[in-house]
Amino acid sequence: MLCVPSCEGPVRKAFEVTGVTPAVSASGRLNEIAALEPADGFASAVINAAAFPFTDAMNLCRQLRSRDRSVGPIILLLDHYQLDDLTFREDLFDDFVVGPLDVSELATRLRHRLRRAGNESVAPRIEHGGLSMNLETYQASIAGRIMDLTYMEYELLRFLATNPNRVFTRETLLSRVWGYEYYGGARTVDVHVRRLRAKLGEEHAHLIQTVRSVGYKFGTSPSEYST
Amino acid sequence: MSPMEEQAQYVLRTVEERGVRFVQLWFTDVLGRHKAFHVTPAELEDALDQGMTFDGSAIDGFSRVQESDVLARPDLTTFQLLPWYEEGAGVARVFCDIVNIDASPFEGCPRQQLRRVLGEAHAQGYTFFVAPEIEYFYFEDLAVTSAPVPIDRGSYFDLLPDDTASQLRRRTVLMLEEMGIGVEHAQHEDAPGQQEIDLRYTDALTMADTVMSVRHVVKELARQAGVAASFMPKPLANVQGSGMHTHLSLWRDEHNAFIGDGPYGLSDVATKFIAGLVRHAPEITAVTNQWVNSYKRLVPGAEAPVGASWARHDAAALVRVPSVKPGRIDSTRIEYRSPDPAANPYLAFAVILAAGLRGVTGDYELPAEGERTAPLPQSLAQAVDLMEESTLLHETLGAHQVEWFLRNKRAEWDAYRGQVTPFELERYLPLL
Repeated sequence: MLCVPSCEGPVRKAFEVTGVTPAVSASGRLNEIAALEPADGFASAVINAAAFPFTDAMNLCRQLRSRDRSVGPIILLLDHYQLDDLTFREDLFDDFVVGPLDVSELATRLRHRLRRAGNESVAPRIEHGGLSMNLETYQASIAGRIMDLTYMEYELLRFLATNPNRVFTRETLLSRVWGYEYYGGARTVDVHVRRLRAKLGEEHAHLIQTVRSVGYKFGTSPSEYST
Repeated sequence: MSPMEEQAQYVLRTVEERGVRFVQLWFTDVLGRHKAFHVTPAELEDALDQGMTFDGSAIDGFSRVQESDVLARPDLTTFQLLPWYEEGAGVARVFCDIVNIDASPFEGCPRQQLRRVLGEAHAQGYTFFVAPEIEYFYFEDLAVTSAPVPIDRGSYFDLLPDDTASQLRRRTVLMLEEMGIGVEHAQHEDAPGQQEIDLRYTDALTMADTVMSVRHVVKELARQAGVAASFMPKPLANVQGSGMHTHLSLWRDEHNAFIGDGPYGLSDVATKFIAGLVRHAPEITAVTNQWVNSYKRLVPGAEAPVGASWARHDAAALVRVPSVKPGRIDSTRIEYRSPDPAANPYLAFAVILAAGLRGVTGDYELPAEGERTAPLPQSLAQAVDLMEESTLLHETLGAHQVEWFLRNKRAEWDAYRGQVTPFELERYLPLL
């Protein structure tokens, strides 16, 4: 996926969550973009219009639109004050996100645009510490080994892995993942974590860490935990 | 997408991705026998969408006078690949709730019965956690012409050379773990060929499903190894039978509601719950011990309860209060020791919870430790009579199920009591 002119902070995070690798063109020039272009073309382009002169950004969009090879859906990142400037330029982009950027909003829009564009080759994916989750096919694997998960196990793992290194209480997990009244109560989370760890296997069980008297977090390695 | 649609999507997509050839729709009859439909992926979407209609009249406890068509509706959260099938020719299972054609809960469905009682507990702010210890035997085969032959001669906790039984038990535990079933530990039990698998606690509905899965996996793996497993409560005359001691706790939010300042660190709720169990034990025994053979396990001197009592250490007590390891106060629980692994786990957990809750809501007073307030029924006939009189069971299981259960069990008893046993022949024929 093409990213102009930089890919930092929340933008990089959103790419990580979506599971796509950005090709960053700092200059935004067509020859640089062509050099970065993979053999099967770009799946989408993210243009951060807040990071360089607005008219340049619009010109770039226009150039990308008139190119022989499509770059896929174009997503603009904007500051609020730039919204008015979009009038009469609606044809130049497919979607836009207004700063300050929210990682999950941007990731969701990326995913949505990719899916709408019918781009099967870029399945939304989460990769973390040997864990790979394909959000399109609902398949998870750990160190290349496919995991057989029930729906709730899958949902819990997806939620935790989408928010790495954040600590969640049992209550939060229950309301965010289960989202409805459930017989198990908060202890259900423990039961599911136990089952997920069993399925992750001994080597990778530590991906889900117990945070004493708080809850759980998803983390890459024990060393990260100590920093 | 609604959560239901999302779940259906998950199931359909997984079936496609993993090359699943059959999906088994699992449910149980009133006696806890495992039933299944097998549907192909092509049929699956319809089955998930509309459920599977079937004639319930052929299934024990499902038959009703006016109507017999019922619907098996998959509980998609229980979808799980069965790990012993080959990759690419996969088989998955999903548990079903049985509903009427108009989608109302079918009163003959054990899973729905348990849901209802759990709902009542929930309304009082409680969630119910259970952890059973499941005992069973490995035999050379299940031919019924002679006494079954255990596949080993081990005893309690014996570490035997790596024989079939140990290998089988280990494979079973690994298989269960692969299915996400947490096993606390597994060991050789007291009698030759007898094994025990202790499961890690879950909520009672999940655990009832789990007990069904465990029985299935144990039998399947034994079959693959050329032997046979049985959960019959008392398969051999002179050794211990197989029980399903069940550890229980009530939770309120994130807190164990059994922890308190009472005897052995128990709360008021816990002591009343025990009192409820002790008082109602005789009447719920028909459900927790539902076969003629169950009562041959509940005899004196076999470390099985014969009366309604509670204690900390007595292995013959009905309710035991296990010691809690230092620093593990959250594991405060009680152990109900009469059930056997041939019970219907849904109904067993439902009546155990209902009995305990009665104690809590009715402010029952805990009898003295070790005091036997009533005998447990000594036979299926006695148990069924107590069931018939029980308001608790009528309210918990509903008139339909109690009535069917009584009829079925009295027929079983009648078939049994006309038998002339080897015991009688040996004892009386030469003498009388």
